[in-house]
Amino acid sequence: MSLDARVTCTLGTFTLAAYVTVKGGETVAVLGPNGAGKSTLFRCLAGLLPIETGRIELDGEPLDDPTAGIFVRPERRPVAVVFQDYMLFPNLTALENVAFGLRARGTGRAEARARAASWLARVGLADHSQHRPRALSGGQAQRVALARALATEPRLLLLDEPLAALDAGARGDVRRDLRRHLATFDGARLLVTHDPVDAYALADRVVIVEAGRVVQAGTLADVSARPRSRYVADLVGVNLLTGTGQDGTITTTAGGHIIPADPVQGPSFAMIQPHAVALYPAPPAGSPRNVWSATVTDIDRHADRVRVRLDGEVPLVAEITPAALDALALRPGDHVWASVKATEITTYPA
Amino acid sequence: MTSTAAPERGRRRHVGRERLPWPALVLAGVAIAFFALPFLGLLWRAPWGDVWSILTSESALTALRLSLWCSLWATLAALLLGVPLAWLLARVPFRGRGLVRALCTLSMVLPPVVAGVALFYALGRRGLVGQYLDDWFGITLPFSTAGVVVAQTFVAMPFLVLTVEAAFRQQDTRFEEAARTLGASRWYVFRRVTLPAIRPGLVAGAVLAWARALGEFGATITFAGNFPGRTQTMPLAIYLANEIEPDEALVLSLVLIAVSFGVLVALRDRYLGSGTDAPRP
Repeated sequence: MSLDARVTCTLGTFTLAAYVTVKGGETVAVLGPNGAGKSTLFRCLAGLLPIETGRIELDGEPLDDPTAGIFVRPERRPVAVVFQDYMLFPNLTALENVAFGLRARGTGRAEARARAASWLARVGLADHSQHRPRALSGGQAQRVALARALATEPRLLLLDEPLAALDAGARGDVRRDLRRHLATFDGARLLVTHDPVDAYALADRVVIVEAGRVVQAGTLADVSARPRSRYVADLVGVNLLTGTGQDGTITTTAGGHIIPADPVQGPSFAMIQPHAVALYPAPPAGSPRNVWSATVTDIDRHADRVRVRLDGEVPLVAEITPAALDALALRPGDHVWASVKATEITTYPA
Repeated sequence: MTSTAAPERGRRRHVGRERLPWPALVLAGVAIAFFALPFLGLLWRAPWGDVWSILTSESALTALRLSLWCSLWATLAALLLGVPLAWLLARVPFRGRGLVRALCTLSMVLPPVVAGVALFYALGRRGLVGQYLDDWFGITLPFSTAGVVVAQTFVAMPFLVLTVEAAFRQQDTRFEEAARTLGASRWYVFRRVTLPAIRPGLVAGAVLAWARALGEFGATITFAGNFPGRTQTMPLAIYLANEIEPDEALVLSLVLIAVSFGVLVALRDRYLGSGTDAPRP
C-alpha cells in the first residue's frame, strides 16, 4: 500500500506543485506555514478538488490523472479523512457517526451498527456510543472521527491538523492516543500540520511545503540537521544563512562574509546554532575569524536563556545567559560584535 | 455551568432593559397595538351566540376544507420545486444568478391580482402554455381546484425559496465533504447530511409558504374564480360573505386567524426568527 502523488493545482493566484509519496504503514507529515498549500494538497488527495496536471496513484491505481481522463470521485476512493474540527454529524450519535460510511456504502443497518460498535470499543469509547458530538470532549470527538474514518477500511488515511482543535492541556494525551491508534492501521497515513511537535510525535517522515512547493523532505532528524529554508530553520531554532562559497569564504546575499572550517564552493547554506554565537562589546582578539559588527534589534528573555536578535551584514540570533546579558548591559539599538568559531558553522550545498 | 449561567443571564437581561431608549419602547408598543387592534376589533364584533351554527354550516366547512386542502398541496408543491431551486441559487454559481433569483421571487412582491392575470395568459385555455395543456392532455387549470393550487404555489413558493436558500448558505459545506469522503453519494449526502442540517430553515420556509397560500386571495380569484366547493377558499368566502352576511365573514375570519396564529405560536422560537440551528465547527 503506497501513495504516489504528483499534484499541480491553481487556486486564484496560488499554485501548488508538490510531489509526495507515502509507503504502507508509514506516517508522513506535510508540514508548512499557513497558506503554504497543505490544505489544497489534502483536498486533492481526498478528491474534493481535482488536480490540473500530474497523477495521484494509490497502490498503482490512478485516482486522478487529467491526461488520462481519470478522476475517481471522493466517495469511490479508498481514502478516509479525519478533518480539522472532526466534522462529526451533529444530529447523529457517536455510533451512528461511525456507522455512517458503512451505511453509505450499502451495509445493512444491523451489521453497520455492530461494526461501528466494535470500532468505538477499539478507540475506547464503547460507553459513549449513544452520545451526540456536542456531549464529547475534543479528544473523544477526535477518536470518534478516527473510528469513523477507519471503519470504511481505507488504504490511505488523511488527517488534517488533527490536534489543532484541542486546547493545549489535552493535546499531549490525545497525541499519545492518536499515535497508538495510527500504529494499528497498516495503510498509508498522511498528516497535514503546521505544528512540528505533532510531526515529531506522529510522523516517520516530513515533507516541508512552502508557498506551494516542497522545499525539503526526509526524516525529521535529517530535516532539522540541514534545514533548507528560513521556515525550517525557525522551527528548529537555528540560524540559517545562504550565500555563495569561493576560496573558503561564503559571501551572503547581504554581502557578509562567513568562513567555515571546511571550504565550500558554489551556492551554500551555513547553519549556526544560537548558543555558538558569542557577543562582545569590542572587537575580540584571538583566533575567531568570524567576527561581525551588528546592532541589537530585540532581546527575548526565557527562564535561563536570553535570545538576542542581531541585525547587520550577517543577521543572527545569539543565545546567551542572563548573566552575560547583564555584563554586556545590552539594550535594543546597541552595537555589539558577534563571533562564531569556524568549527561551529555547518555548511552544505544549497 | 448552570449555576453560573443563571445569574449571568439575569444580569444581561437587566442591562438590556436599562439600555433600551424609551422612544424605541413607545414606538414598539405602538407597533404591537397596531397589529393587535384589528384582531381585538374582530373579537369585539363577533356574533358569539351564532358562532357554532355558522361554523358548522355547509358553506363554511366547505370553504375551510378547500382552503386547508389547497394550501397543503401548494406547500408540498413549493417544497418539491422550491428546495432544489433554493439549492441551485445557494450553491451553484452561474451567470445571471441574481436575475434568476429576482425572477423567482417576483411573485412575492407583485400585487396578487397581477400574478393571477399573468398566470391566466400563461396557463389559461388560450395561454402561452395552457393551450397545449388543453389540446394535448385535456388539462384546464383556470377555474379548477388545481388552478387554486397553482395560484397559491405561485405566490407562496418565494417565501420558501428565500428561507431555504439562506439555510443552505449558512450550512457548513465541510460536513457534506466529510460525508463524501466516507463513501456517500451526492444523493445520500443530501438526504442524510444536508436535509437534517437545513431542517429548521425548511420548516420555517414551509410554514411561511403555507401561511401565504392559506391567505391567498387576489391570484386565486383572478385565475381560478370564485366557485363554492371548487375554487372558493376561505379568503374568497370571507370577501363574498362580507357583502351579504357580515356575521359569517367575521366568524370565518376568526377561524382563519386562529389556525394561522396557532401554527405560528407552535413553531415560534424553534423555527422562526431565531435563524437556523445549522451545525457549526
